Amino acid sequence: MSALSSRDWGNLSLCAIALAIAACLPWTAGAYGLSIGVTIAMYTALATSWALFSGPTHYISLASAAFFGVGTYVTGIGIQYLPYWTLLPIAGVAGAVMAALVGLATLRLSGVYFVIFTLGLAEFVRQIITWSQNISGTKGIYVLTSIGEMHIYWQLLGLAALVWLLGWLIGRSRLGFALRIIGDDEAVARHSGIDTARAKILLFMVPGAVAAITGAVLAPRYVYIEPSLAFSPMLSFQVVIMALLGGTGRLWGPLVGVIPFTFLWEAISVSFPNQTTLLLGVCFLVIVYLLPKGFVGLIDLANKRMRSAEGYV
Amino acid sequence: MKRRTFTRLAALALAAGVAGTPAIAQEVLKVGAVAPKTGPLAGGAAVSYWPNVKLWISDVNGRGGLKVGGKTYKLEAIEYDDQTNPGETIKAVQRLVDQDKAKIVLPPYSTGLNLAAAPIYARYGLPMITSTATTDKADALSAQFPNVFITLGGAKPVVQGVVDTMVKLRDRGDIGKKLAMVNVADAFGIELMNEAKPAFKKAGFDLVYETSYPLGTQDLSPVMKAAKAAAPDAFIAWSYPPDTFALTEQAIVEDLKVGAFFTAVATAFPAYAGRFRTGVEGVLGIGGVNADGEAFKTYAKRHEEVTGAKPDYWASAMVYSSFQVLEKSIEAVGSFDNAAIIKHIKANSFDTVIGPIKFDQHNNNPSFWTVGQWQGGVFKGVASTGRDGAVDVKKKAAWK
Repeated sequence: MSALSSRDWGNLSLCAIALAIAACLPWTAGAYGLSIGVTIAMYTALATSWALFSGPTHYISLASAAFFGVGTYVTGIGIQYLPYWTLLPIAGVAGAVMAALVGLATLRLSGVYFVIFTLGLAEFVRQIITWSQNISGTKGIYVLTSIGEMHIYWQLLGLAALVWLLGWLIGRSRLGFALRIIGDDEAVARHSGIDTARAKILLFMVPGAVAAITGAVLAPRYVYIEPSLAFSPMLSFQVVIMALLGGTGRLWGPLVGVIPFTFLWEAISVSFPNQTTLLLGVCFLVIVYLLPKGFVGLIDLANKRMRSAEGYV
Repeated sequence: MKRRTFTRLAALALAAGVAGTPAIAQEVLKVGAVAPKTGPLAGGAAVSYWPNVKLWISDVNGRGGLKVGGKTYKLEAIEYDDQTNPGETIKAVQRLVDQDKAKIVLPPYSTGLNLAAAPIYARYGLPMITSTATTDKADALSAQFPNVFITLGGAKPVVQGVVDTMVKLRDRGDIGKKLAMVNVADAFGIELMNEAKPAFKKAGFDLVYETSYPLGTQDLSPVMKAAKAAAPDAFIAWSYPPDTFALTEQAIVEDLKVGAFFTAVATAFPAYAGRFRTGVEGVLGIGGVNADGEAFKTYAKRHEEVTGAKPDYWASAMVYSSFQVLEKSIEAVGSFDNAAIIKHIKANSFDTVIGPIKFDQHNNNPSFWTVGQWQGGVFKGVASTGRDGAVDVKKKAAWK
């Protein structure tokens, strides 16, 4: 790893200031603003970690809901026996281990096989939990705690910051370099002596762990946990769409997708409560047709045009 | 004259400015409602929840409006779809209070979404009289969220009601003691099955067939074939709407000959009778109402007039009743002081379309219907925990 340039230090301190400002939201916004903040922080953590893996490798993972649900269940079951703070790392480890197992089984596959498997994974885990409930006879789980909305917001913000830091470190490491090569051409990567399966599995563990921790953090907000609520497939799709709207080429890409998408979703829910799904579908089409590379692609394009207009290129 | 009117208006406007609300002869009061319009629970909400929001607002406005402290308010609903997603429910409730400034927020739909929203209602101090949440944990919930009220009961009393009904049929000689019992492998079905198994054993029944099937199972004919092969005297299914329909369908196809046939959620829906017509005669199900009582009859008539659909015979009337409790409490207190309204709800008994409601010390309504039966095209309550108007349970005749 090379030493940090002064520009890196500048970017890092800018990020720290932005984070500090974001952390003040509970005092500056009302309860409604805070709940939007929770949604944004939650999807930022999920979409950024998703893009860390799917961005360079081009594997579309629909497993977010599976990891997320496992995380909520770690809190739901664990909170009766363990202090809350120990549950987040446990959820992270559980998510990472699960991702590693899934990765071992599927990442040698590519393309559509991987997508289908990850989509089925959430349903698979959900059925296992339902089955074990049927055996043990316990119904939904109650998570009655004194953890408030602002604590959840701060935890999610901290998690998002960790994901960025991790993504930045991976980008500077040999692993990040290896992944970019895999993304461009897997055969070339193998011939260059890169253990492609190992690299992919290692990186797949990041979104697994992050989604599980996100679920663990949000469990107290849901109060009552049952499989159909914890493993909602909508979550997986929303994460993918937000990340694609932003663009996966940059670390901050998903963030510029999450924020406008959250407000768009709010606007639709408020103005057309009876047609949310219809309008959401229209938005997806618009994103795919007009913004195939997301906002990041748009910004890059604008930059390029400006430069060529000025005669630099 | 003109000048006097003007002065008056000016004074009124000034007073309104001080009070911070626009002054017209009749003010508009925003009422927030959030429940699924899409997602897995949208179907149930469309039968039991949304029509009652419409009916209640139409009823209150029809008699002039909501009278609060000398003023009369016309009600106006703000409806949000939570997509059967607890995160959306929470956000929508906050939007209603913070952005839309809704003074009244009705409870959400279903056990999970009600409980997810309970901390938010508690933080705003809003009274939350749930009407579609079933739980046996009313004491723990009311300790944590003193503003939450439970009206629809829990699993234990429901199972007790079904056991008592079966014992009655057996003691009369209508059925033997051989029982086939199945459940949907989801939260609700699992909990009831686990309560029911020991309860029936204790009552002296033999479980000749039992199984569970995953939620969303399309083909239930293997279940019904196996149940029939065990030759039971009574069939019980702790089922959800889609499988309630599928199991009944298969029972008719296989011509399951039993003296008692019980399916759970959706048996009380008008659509159930619409689908199986005369075949529903004698079918037992979860819920029930005092179908012959005047209160329910006039409610059902208004429901059909205003919304164009019949109410179901279980949760519908309960949803409406919970709105009535809120309405009466606000009018009795005479302000939108939520703490005072909650105190009033706790302390008083309320006359509603399902009969009187009086909450116990755990904010739990102890009297609710547990078992009903289709008799002559109407789903009548046959067992309850202290409701008037139960009819005698009948032996199930052959399928028609």
